[in-house]
Amino acid sequence: MLKVENLSVVLADGTPIVRDIEITIAAGQTIGLVGESGSGKSTIARALLGQTGAGVRIASGRVSVDGRELLSLSPADLRNACGRIIAYVPQDSGAALNPALTVGRQIIERLLIGPDRLDRAEAFRRVAEVLTTLGLPSDKQFLARRPGELSGGQLQRIGLAIAVVARPKVLILDEPTTALDTSTRGEVITMVRQLTQSMGAASLYVSHDLGLISAVADAVTVLYAGEIVETASAQRLFAQPAHPYTRALLEAVPQVRQKLPIKGIPGQVPDLDARLQGCSFADRCSAVQPKCRESKPALAQQATGRVRCFFPSAAPIRRPGDLGPETVGDHGIVYRVDDLAAGYPTAPRLLDGISLALRRGKCTALVGESGSGKSTLSRCLIGLQPITEGRMGFADAAQGAGLRDSRRMQYIFQDPSGSLNPRRKVGDSISLAARHFFPGEDPRPRVEAALARVDLSPAILGRFPSQLSGGQKQRVAIARALVAKPEVLLCDEITSALDVSVQASVLQTLKRLMDDGLSLLFVTHDLGVVRTIADEIIVLKQGRIVEQGPADQVFATPEHPYTRMLLDNVLELPAGVPA
Amino acid sequence: MRLLRNPSLVAGFVMVGGVVALAAMGPLLAPHSPSAIIDAPYMPTGPRTLLGSDNLGRDVLSRFLWGGANLVWMAFGATFIALTLGAAVGISAAYFKGWTDEVLMRVVDLKMAFPSLVFVLLFVTMLGTSLPLLVLLCGLSLMPGAARVLRGAALAVVDKDFVQWARSVELPAHRILFREILPNITSPLLVETGLRLMWSISLLAGLSYLGYGIQPPTSDWGLMIYENRNALRVQPLAVVCPILAIAVFAIGGNLIAEGFARAFRQTR
Repeated sequence: MLKVENLSVVLADGTPIVRDIEITIAAGQTIGLVGESGSGKSTIARALLGQTGAGVRIASGRVSVDGRELLSLSPADLRNACGRIIAYVPQDSGAALNPALTVGRQIIERLLIGPDRLDRAEAFRRVAEVLTTLGLPSDKQFLARRPGELSGGQLQRIGLAIAVVARPKVLILDEPTTALDTSTRGEVITMVRQLTQSMGAASLYVSHDLGLISAVADAVTVLYAGEIVETASAQRLFAQPAHPYTRALLEAVPQVRQKLPIKGIPGQVPDLDARLQGCSFADRCSAVQPKCRESKPALAQQATGRVRCFFPSAAPIRRPGDLGPETVGDHGIVYRVDDLAAGYPTAPRLLDGISLALRRGKCTALVGESGSGKSTLSRCLIGLQPITEGRMGFADAAQGAGLRDSRRMQYIFQDPSGSLNPRRKVGDSISLAARHFFPGEDPRPRVEAALARVDLSPAILGRFPSQLSGGQKQRVAIARALVAKPEVLLCDEITSALDVSVQASVLQTLKRLMDDGLSLLFVTHDLGVVRTIADEIIVLKQGRIVEQGPADQVFATPEHPYTRMLLDNVLELPAGVPA
Repeated sequence: MRLLRNPSLVAGFVMVGGVVALAAMGPLLAPHSPSAIIDAPYMPTGPRTLLGSDNLGRDVLSRFLWGGANLVWMAFGATFIALTLGAAVGISAAYFKGWTDEVLMRVVDLKMAFPSLVFVLLFVTMLGTSLPLLVLLCGLSLMPGAARVLRGAALAVVDKDFVQWARSVELPAHRILFREILPNITSPLLVETGLRLMWSISLLAGLSYLGYGIQPPTSDWGLMIYENRNALRVQPLAVVCPILAIAVFAIGGNLIAEGFARAFRQTR
């Protein structure tokens, strides 16, 4: 059993990053720790192992496993406890493994050191047992492989094997499936559940993905701005969330089973030093009262669980009915791709036989797992990847191979931190684009108009990208695309690096741009987002289109087995009560 | 202003700045003409010659004060040429990749196979000695190192999304190279500036010493060392003073490089 009491982690000057964390996990139980970026969930996960980042320290608190306190142990004892009493599975095991050592050696290491080490034969038996449970081969050839020779899913399982091989009493899983495809993710989750139950380990599953948490956790702890705002059993929390933040977060998650209106959470997480007075969520809360700003609510016991709110809600979460397809306005074809291929005919082609049409004011979603060719296709369309066959171009222009218009189609990148020059103020980045596309004109009115369309205040123009939040950077990137007056926006996974509440507000912005007549090609692996925004769907597998059609039709009656597999692997939040 | 708390950087700037000031102000402070014969050869410190006289009886102090002017400006000129060309070659190679990269870098490798001194002497013997030619040749011979380092730094930048964006909207190549990529490799560029300053003054002083640089009777630190090396025991100041000035400048350049490298490591 893991018991965390009164845990606080602070910066060198005493500013708290996470405060008064209390978590109790019984043996065999899994608790989900959810929160958006900056909520402190990784800080907590690492603090449980007695570790902190540079310039950060654990100010107070107890972490005990079966009554044994961990944080007061000597460094040597703590090192020995890691893996044997408490173990950690990182987000990216591929990066956490040593590329020069065989995986066998890295798994067995823990068993051959320390006071209660095993003899080699026994240790090998144990490794083989763990690998078999995880569905990996355990023969000599497999153990002699190095991390570079294994797939992402296999590496994540090796990371899991290293964590559990010494049978720890507590398992901390820090977003272990975030980097995996949905099909691999399902397998890893099933294994985590089996392992924790068979070992009787108390596990803490850290994630930002609420659908995933609803599938793995017995109980859920919600973090906001470094504090626990709500703890409840998974069943209660997803059906009847009591804290306004939990409610808003659940409503912001896009659903696959029905098309819902988009609801984001306005505002942003307060800065570290602005969290001390009053409720941290007060500024973004729709039910805020004067009392909320005066004093900080305590984490109080309620009927449903523990909630940090003066005015907790007791109502179940309600979901409005399906919006259905929209068919108003002019939706002529704007852009056409005919029989496009990329890569050489002799090798397996990167792309083959791709035909699609984008309609005015409509969103076409390009769906597929990693390696399906969806990024290659979008790179072809903007000329970063040469095409070997086929035609593409705007419907009103003379068509030809490789003919494109760099102004009328604009590309928005997945990672907003990378797509803006870090050495240039964002205002200069946007006006550079304006001057490039409309030389000799004053860029300022264009920049201001674009900024207004993405809901940014002109005050941010003088800042550098590093001074903006992820959502703001993505809006700047969209604004830079808009100054070109494009007809098509190519969005490559543009919300996957964002938190759900921010994702929702970016989707709202995109929706409004579509109403203004902009066409979207939306590349994504997130089917919830597709359901929310797409009018048409193209499913890509190994460089070929396997299914193509109106969104409602594809979601209701998927025809290709691959599409059905993608839909089956979606981890959905429990359905709410119909409104 | 964080940079001011970096001791290597401050020391480096003080040393390089001091030598630059000496070279610039020296001619104004010199008591005699650098070519005037004041005393008997190799005389120690006397009433008219504060640091004694050299092999021809000229005032060592005056020759020392005059001797840095050409050398220091030539060192800066050569550094400027080396870095400008090095940045252009390195960034272009990293950005265009493929055969452009191959051709540029093989030329750079070829150049690196020749020792700098041999390279410069080859052309000086063919084309004769002139100061602008020397600056150009020194700059060329120091370019390959800078090109290699800056190519490496640019490689980490060219695949970033903001460069891809610039390509996708068809921004002109020169804008991508110098407006998007260059500002993101200023750290290695500043480190290289310090290093190239050190190499260029060593190379230029070496050329003067060998008689291929500044010609007598003009005063020059490298030349002073050559002219007075035979009388090191009788009149050491005529050799030690220019050596010290060159050494202080070179070490200062090195400290600047190290200071910048350390400052950028900390910010990362």
